[in-house]
Amino acid sequence: MSTTTPQDLLADVPEVSTVLDDQSPEVPEIIRGTGHLPEMRVDPIGLFHRVREECGDIGRFRLADKDVVLVTGAEANEAFFRAPDSTLDQAAAYPFMTPIFGQGVVFDASPEERQQMLKNQALRGDMMRGHAQTIEAEIRRMVADWGDEGEIDLLDFFAELTIYTTSACLIGKPFREELDVRFAQLYHELEHGTDAIAYVDAYADIDSFRRRDAAREGLVALVQGIIDRRVERGPVPREERDLLDVLISLEMSADYVTGIFISMMFAGHHTSSGTASWAMIELLRHPDVMAQVVAELDDLYSDGSEVSFQALRSIPVLESALKETLRLHPPLVILMRLAQEDFELLGRTIPAGTVVASSPRVSNRIEEDFPKADAFDPGRYLDPRQEDLQNRWTWIPFGAGRHRCVGNAFAMMQMKAIFSVVLRDFEFEAAQPLDSYRDDFTKMVIQLEQPCRVRYRRRPGR
Amino acid sequence: MSGMRVVADLDLCQGHQLCQGEAPDVFGFDEDADVVVVLEKHPDEARRADVTQAVKYCPAFALTIEDGATEEEDRP
Repeated sequence: MSTTTPQDLLADVPEVSTVLDDQSPEVPEIIRGTGHLPEMRVDPIGLFHRVREECGDIGRFRLADKDVVLVTGAEANEAFFRAPDSTLDQAAAYPFMTPIFGQGVVFDASPEERQQMLKNQALRGDMMRGHAQTIEAEIRRMVADWGDEGEIDLLDFFAELTIYTTSACLIGKPFREELDVRFAQLYHELEHGTDAIAYVDAYADIDSFRRRDAAREGLVALVQGIIDRRVERGPVPREERDLLDVLISLEMSADYVTGIFISMMFAGHHTSSGTASWAMIELLRHPDVMAQVVAELDDLYSDGSEVSFQALRSIPVLESALKETLRLHPPLVILMRLAQEDFELLGRTIPAGTVVASSPRVSNRIEEDFPKADAFDPGRYLDPRQEDLQNRWTWIPFGAGRHRCVGNAFAMMQMKAIFSVVLRDFEFEAAQPLDSYRDDFTKMVIQLEQPCRVRYRRRPGR
Repeated sequence: MSGMRVVADLDLCQGHQLCQGEAPDVFGFDEDADVVVVLEKHPDEARRADVTQAVKYCPAFALTIEDGATEEEDRP
C-alpha cells in the first residue's frame, strides 16, 4: 500500500504565484512566513482573481499552516455548494468570528437547524408583511429630521438604519426601542475587528482586536443595562414579550445573550448596509438607470399604495438594479469551508483538513457567464437573458446550495422598502467624485471606505 | 398538452414556502420533511406566468421549468 500524504494529494492542484514577499519588512512580524496571508490582508480581490487567471477553476494559496483550495466556475462551485456539512464544514473556517460572537455561540446553524428556525420565527414568508411595515417605519424615522436638503455619510447612515431594522425584526421591537446610535457604533467596531491576522492568532495584541474586544464589552454593558431595567420592571403580558424576555427567563448571562444577538444580527447587518450603499452609488453613477427606477416607483405608488405592500411584490427595474449591485459588489467576497474528510473535486482529491473556498466576487464576474462582466447592466436580468437564473452556480452574491443565504428574500424586501421611501421623497447627488467611492478590503468584513458622502434634496411637492 | 415540466431540487429547498403563494395549485408543502411538493408536474400553459414568478422568487433557487416539446416556440 502506498502512503500518500496530504501534501502529495494537493500537488495536483496548482498554487498561485506570490506577489507580496511574506518576509518583507512591510509585513507585520506576526504574519511573516505565512504565505499569501499578507497579500490577502491588503488586496484579497487581486489574490482571488489571480488564482482563477493562473490556475483556472481550481487553484490554491496558503494562509499560514492552512492550504486554501479556491474553486470558481459552475461545475466546481456546484460541487462545493452541494457538499453536506459533514464533508465541508463552515464553522471552523472563520476563526476571526469566534472573539466577536464569544465562546459557545455557534457561527451558523446546520441546514436542518436553519430550516427549523425558518419555520418557527422571524424569516418565515408569512412574517414578511409585518417586517416590511417595521422596516418602512424605521426608514421614515431615520429621514424624519432630514429637512429639505443636506448630506449623509452612506456607511454611517445605512449601518445605523440596518441595526434598527435587524434588531426590530429578528429580536423584537421592545429591544430595538432600547437602542440608539451607540449600539450601531460599537457594532461597527466589532465588524472592523476582522483582520485576517486572526488566521494566525484571533487574539493577537493589535489595535483592531483591542478595539473589537472593547466594543464587545461595551455591547454587553448596554445589554446588561436593558436586562436590569426589564428585571426591575417585572414581567409583562405574553404578547408584549420579545426574544430578550425569553432569554432572561432562561437566566442567561448578559454576555451570552449579547453573543446570541450579535450572531443573529451579523449576517443581516453589514451585508444589507453595504448593498444599500452600493446600490445608491451605482444609481448615481448611472443616471439613466436612476431615472428609470424613480419613474417606476412614482408610477407604482401613484395610486397611494403602501411601501410595506409593494416591497413584497415585484418591482422589476429596481430589482434588476439591486441584483446587478449585488453581482458587482457581493458583501462577502469569499466563502470558506473546512474539509472534514477527503473530498473529490474536479477529479482531484482534496484531503481532510484543507480549507476549500468559493469566491462570489470572482465567480460573479466570469466573462463567459456575464458578458462585459465589469459593466453595470441591469438588463441582464430581463427575459430572456435572466443571467441570475441561468447561472445558478456562478451568480452567487447570496452563496448557493444548502447554505444559500436564508435571509435573501428578507434582504431584497428591505432594499425595495428603503429605495421606495428615499427615492420618492428625495433626490440624491454625489458629494465627491463618483470614482472615489470604494470598499475597504483590509478586513474580512468589507465596508465602504470613508468618506462616502452623498447630498440629498427633497423632491418638489413631497 | 403543455410542454412545461416543473422540477424542484429537494436538496436545495429551504422550506420558505413562497412558491405556494404564487401558485398554490402547483406547489404544496410536506410538513414533515419541510420541503416543497410539486403537486402538478405538467401545469397548464395558462399557469406559466405564476409558475415563472415562483421560480424567479424562490429564495433557495430550488425550482426550474424545463421546457420539452414546446421549447422551440417558447424561444423568441
